Amino acid sequence: MESALVSGLQGLFLGVLSLRPEHVIMILIGSVLLYLGIKKGYEPLLLVPIGFGAILVNIPLAEMMGKGGFLRFFYDTGVLTEVFPLLIFIGIGAMTDFQPLLENPKIILLGAAGQFGIFLTLLLALALGFDKLDAVAVAVIGACDGPTAIYVSSKFAPHMLGAVSVAAYSYMSLVPLIQPPIMRVLTTEKERQIVMGVAKRQPISKTTKIVFPIAVTIFASILAPKGAPLIGTVMLGNLLRESGCVDRLKSASENEITNMVTLLLGLCIGATMEADKFLKGQTLLVLALGFVAISLDTAVGILFGKVMCVLTGGKINPLIGAAGISAFPMSARVVQAEGQKYNKKSYLLMHAMSANAGGQIGSVIAAAVMLSVLQGMGIVGG
Amino acid sequence: MDSWTFGWTLALIGMTGTMLVLWILSLLILLLKKIFPYQPEESAAKKG
Repeated sequence: MESALVSGLQGLFLGVLSLRPEHVIMILIGSVLLYLGIKKGYEPLLLVPIGFGAILVNIPLAEMMGKGGFLRFFYDTGVLTEVFPLLIFIGIGAMTDFQPLLENPKIILLGAAGQFGIFLTLLLALALGFDKLDAVAVAVIGACDGPTAIYVSSKFAPHMLGAVSVAAYSYMSLVPLIQPPIMRVLTTEKERQIVMGVAKRQPISKTTKIVFPIAVTIFASILAPKGAPLIGTVMLGNLLRESGCVDRLKSASENEITNMVTLLLGLCIGATMEADKFLKGQTLLVLALGFVAISLDTAVGILFGKVMCVLTGGKINPLIGAAGISAFPMSARVVQAEGQKYNKKSYLLMHAMSANAGGQIGSVIAAAVMLSVLQGMGIVGG
Repeated sequence: MDSWTFGWTLALIGMTGTMLVLWILSLLILLLKKIFPYQPEESAAKKG
């Protein structure tokens, strides 16, 4: 009887006895993510489930990510198969209005320049000793697009999924703090004062809006076939939006499906933050490189904006180049606010929205091009 | 393939490829706007 009592009590305290300092640190990190999401409002839809997932997975002996564990099931089903980020892409497509881009298609090139940070960060990551595919996963933080970063990371470097996702979503929410100083350093006051005027709204036919996602899917997927899942899902969502005949599917994509998958994806990302995998020097490097990637995106976008400014005889304000990233519409708003600081008559919002929509497509295309080049180089299988 | 060759190849083709694909998409948009121009009746139909 006495030994049974002792064994019973031991079982009750086994969790406490198994608690190690690294578990405590990770539970604190999870709590910080919850604080940032709930109290500070930084990407709460993602940071709250990620933070909670990080706490759950670091409870000793709970075996959440063990064989048959409840988080392991969702991770294997939705993340390893890449289904979760792709479902989110359908929702993003359903929520995105490409009208500003259709009105001003040349601005899409700013969306390409805004992705160059990905490739420059890749070189930096390789120089710092990252393995080839790990470097690709880190670099894609520069897409400034959470689902793209998750898609590429889960494909090539699942062990880094937690760090990459946390970096991607944290920096996306910090765009209003990261971009303005870079804008000021890289442009002259005269350039920041350039008035582009109120963009004239060009009517776009309904047929163009419907054919656009279909044509982009076909052309871009043929050019970069490995990216077809990314491009196809975004454009499918957009087709649901523009076709006007499947309102229930559109509504489900941007609400129920996106909400449910966001919850499960967030939990799964948190679940990859197990102490022994997350508490490494490499995690700090990933966070630092993520910051560098987004800064470089902004810098190259602005420099490309300066080139366009010269080529157009000073008609383009280089600040809109900073909006060539995927953080929509936050980045466009930052450009508008910054432009207004230097010239009250400057209304850059609609122009920046065009660049921002270009950045959304650009991030997906950059990842698609990257995947196809990796396949062509024989680094990943066909 | 060593890391540097890999990195530079991917960076150069990646940047050029991204720019090229998006430039083609901008031409595609212009083409779509030419083929399917906006008809003023569309706005009338919307109001109606």
